[in-house]
Amino acid sequence: MTHHILIIGAGQAGLQAAISLRQAGFDGPVTLIGAEDTLPYQRPPLSKAYLKGEMALDRLLLRPDAFFQSQNITLRLNSVVEGIDRASQTVTLVGGETLSYHKLLIATGAPPRRLPLEGADASNVYYLRTLKDSDKLRNILEVDGRIVIVGAGYIGLEVAAVARAAGRDVTVLEMADRVLSRMVGNTVSNFFQNLHRGHGVDLRLGAQLCGFTNKGGRVVAARLGDGEEIPCAAVLVGIGAAPDQGLAVDAGLKVENGIWVDESARTEDPAIWAAGDISNFPSPFYGCRFRLESVPNAIEQGKTAGLTMAGKEHIYDALPWFWSDQYDVKLQTVGCLPPADSANRHEIVRGDAARAPLSVWTFVGDELRSVDAINEPAAFLMGKRLIAARTKIDAKKLADPATELKSLM
Amino acid sequence: MPKITYIEQNGTEHVVDAEAGVSVMEAAVKNMVPGIDADCGGACACATCHVYVDAAWLEKAGKKENMEESMLDFAYEPKDNSRLSCQITMSDALDGLIVRLPEFQG
Repeated sequence: MTHHILIIGAGQAGLQAAISLRQAGFDGPVTLIGAEDTLPYQRPPLSKAYLKGEMALDRLLLRPDAFFQSQNITLRLNSVVEGIDRASQTVTLVGGETLSYHKLLIATGAPPRRLPLEGADASNVYYLRTLKDSDKLRNILEVDGRIVIVGAGYIGLEVAAVARAAGRDVTVLEMADRVLSRMVGNTVSNFFQNLHRGHGVDLRLGAQLCGFTNKGGRVVAARLGDGEEIPCAAVLVGIGAAPDQGLAVDAGLKVENGIWVDESARTEDPAIWAAGDISNFPSPFYGCRFRLESVPNAIEQGKTAGLTMAGKEHIYDALPWFWSDQYDVKLQTVGCLPPADSANRHEIVRGDAARAPLSVWTFVGDELRSVDAINEPAAFLMGKRLIAARTKIDAKKLADPATELKSLM
Repeated sequence: MPKITYIEQNGTEHVVDAEAGVSVMEAAVKNMVPGIDADCGGACACATCHVYVDAAWLEKAGKKENMEESMLDFAYEPKDNSRLSCQITMSDALDGLIVRLPEFQG
């Protein structure tokens, strides 16, 4: 088959690539292979509105069934790819079927890291990535007993907020000395620590989880390094994600914390692209490489891959951004937090650091690098513009609460 | 089902049947109306589903919450009738709603 474009992974990046291929005028066959049995859907609500039961399944779907028919995109759901043969330009599905490609996009994402502890394979230890995971988790929110959450990242904290709203007792165990330590600086961590404690979460920082006490195949308590046992009815593990890169490794593609691609999402094989959580890409703006786990990254890079595969050269150079909803608080982050040990790193807080709305502006020298906005979307949007334009900002003016954000442009 | 008309910058009209309860953004995305990116999927987090609501419908479309208001303030070319389409929920009262799309999403 000539000019067949095959996409492995029917998540946000894979679907966006298929959409962009069609928008760019590519009219050859496109096949989207998904391991799950549901039409492509958005994952962020799985730890927020959908988990709460406030959002129905059909609203989670990114496109209706009719879309795939009208756009002539072949969906192969419930299909897992077993191997890629670059020499013959074919992929093999579990079950033995072989599909050939002219161009291939790998968008397999990043599944949750598993907890390497004894007893962690019990039936009431949960992870959250898929719709089915979220459905299972929702069931435990209706059960009495404490929920122990391992990891205070976005997933752990969002689920903690939903579980508290559902009236569950919640303990969050975090190894680091603050929450969201990979994503935000101390000021924002402090804010969220207080927020969760204020909502009754038993938040343990610097906690060492040593193992579980199991009974009848179920965890009944989490065991800490100091010997304390925390009785619980269920455990949610949210300790990050790792790129699903086995196919690329086996195919001999360059892989180093994700599949190595260029600014157009192309791998070193001219017939293979990679996009979304799985890719390790160069950022022209920052002059370094990233691997990001976020919807905006999946959409923008998926777009780049789709357009480039259709023959329309495109460069992915969007600023990273993220959001999280916890209780009645929305966190929006734009840019890239410089490492804590960066020389000349400093931050300016607008507002009272203990109360929303507030925003935290992080600089290296006089260069604005990231903005965390808490219930203050104006700061997020303004920060996006200022970072993108590399605007030099008068720090004193920014720190002055009387300064209107718009006057900074 | 209530109808929505989306009008692109170049005048192209898209008439869509929307179920009551879905947002004006969702109805656009599901019916392939171009020009509404909706990157965040309706979480009021990205301001990429900006529309201008036809004057006759402005009041019926409901009030803007603070969060939406301040996001719109920083959208591309905001006007008095600007709304984030993810924040307008369709109902029979909005049957016939007309919205216009901006040139860009911010």
